[in-house]
Amino acid sequence: MLEAINLECVRGEQQLFAGLNMTLEPGQLLHVSGKNGSGKTSFLRILCGLHKPYSGSVQWRGRLISSYTDEFNRDLCYIGHLSGVKEELSPMENLLIASSLAGMKPGTTRLLQSLDDFGILDRAELPVRYLSQGQKRRVALARLALCSTSPLWILDEPFNALDKAAVSRLRSLLAAHVLGGGMVVLTTHLEIAIDGVEPQHIDLDRPRELS
Amino acid sequence: MIDTFACVFQRDLSLAFRRKGEALNTLVFFVIVTSLFPLGVGAEPNLLREIAPGILWVAALLAALLSLNRLFEPDYADGTLEQLALVSEPFPIIVMAKIAAHWVMTGLPLSLLAPVIALQFDLPGGTIWLLFLTLLIGTPVLSLLGAIAAALTLGLRGGGVLSALLVLPLYIPLLIFGAGAAGAASAGLGGHAHLFLIGAFLLVSGAISPWATASALRIAMD
Repeated sequence: MLEAINLECVRGEQQLFAGLNMTLEPGQLLHVSGKNGSGKTSFLRILCGLHKPYSGSVQWRGRLISSYTDEFNRDLCYIGHLSGVKEELSPMENLLIASSLAGMKPGTTRLLQSLDDFGILDRAELPVRYLSQGQKRRVALARLALCSTSPLWILDEPFNALDKAAVSRLRSLLAAHVLGGGMVVLTTHLEIAIDGVEPQHIDLDRPRELS
Repeated sequence: MIDTFACVFQRDLSLAFRRKGEALNTLVFFVIVTSLFPLGVGAEPNLLREIAPGILWVAALLAALLSLNRLFEPDYADGTLEQLALVSEPFPIIVMAKIAAHWVMTGLPLSLLAPVIALQFDLPGGTIWLLFLTLLIGTPVLSLLGAIAAALTLGLRGGGVLSALLVLPLYIPLLIFGAGAAGAASAGLGGHAHLFLIGAFLLVSGAISPWATASALRIAMD
């Protein structure tokens, strides 16, 4: 269970949000929305432990994430605003490094399968530098297919730059993850309709009672 | 833990091989700077012999400085540094692997090249050997201390100059003992004391730098 307690975020003396409470149970999907600059990315980075909240805390399985980072990171798969993909390396090499850093040793077929899922199999050996923006995004997302064992996915604008086929592929991955008891936190400007999943909502624009 | 270290080390090496130009730049810089001195100072053998260790060390120091901004900047810009920070192994291990790879691509070839360059200063064989040893033990310290400065200035505009200002004072003791070793040897004192001191610098910076760098990187990503 992921819990945010009374979070307050301040960036450059500007308060983005305060008094934010949230609980996410296994099998739930949280959709964070808000206008540009409302603190969506900061909120996700706080949840990952990359950014320290001005006040408040984040707990994973009832413990502060800052107190047991290593275990928390094992349960977490984060795909940020930046793709986190090395331009000089091929999609295949990128995936291989990402999975071995996550402590997994997937076989070549498994890696090729996840690239194929996102339609970049024919570019598997080409340096990422030669791929389009959408294809780079696909390489980043192909990691999700390998990360199915990490219960918590935190995704920053995962649908950006994707075409229809990739969007529907991502939707089905998210559905499978959530229905399998995983947790997803994501930001997007799209409506996310996933069969059998009732998404939770946090709107960062909505004024909250300061507590 | 060893797997993670090996994975990051290998990753950084293969990235460096994909961008051979950058690693070569450092080496070419080292060769050119050291070759400028005999041209500028004049071909007086005794003078050249005397200033050679100092010149090689200063050039090595500046070459290391040049390569520092490539240590974390590319990973920071494309978001892979975040991903590395979220690996379920201690972050200092990953930082240590990156520093080790940086040394293999800059400090190590530089140390190997130094004896060849020392020939144009007409250094005697024993001194060349000693100079090589000081560089071999000393250049990892350049990478280790440089990493702290690179991490502290990550994402700042004009970070390159700032990290030079931060790290050059820290390099001074190393420079004194590195360049001093050859002088001590030719004065008949033997360079062992200097070598041991550089070894001590290496141990201390190896014990402190990965942790300090890791915290600085976390602050930079915040």
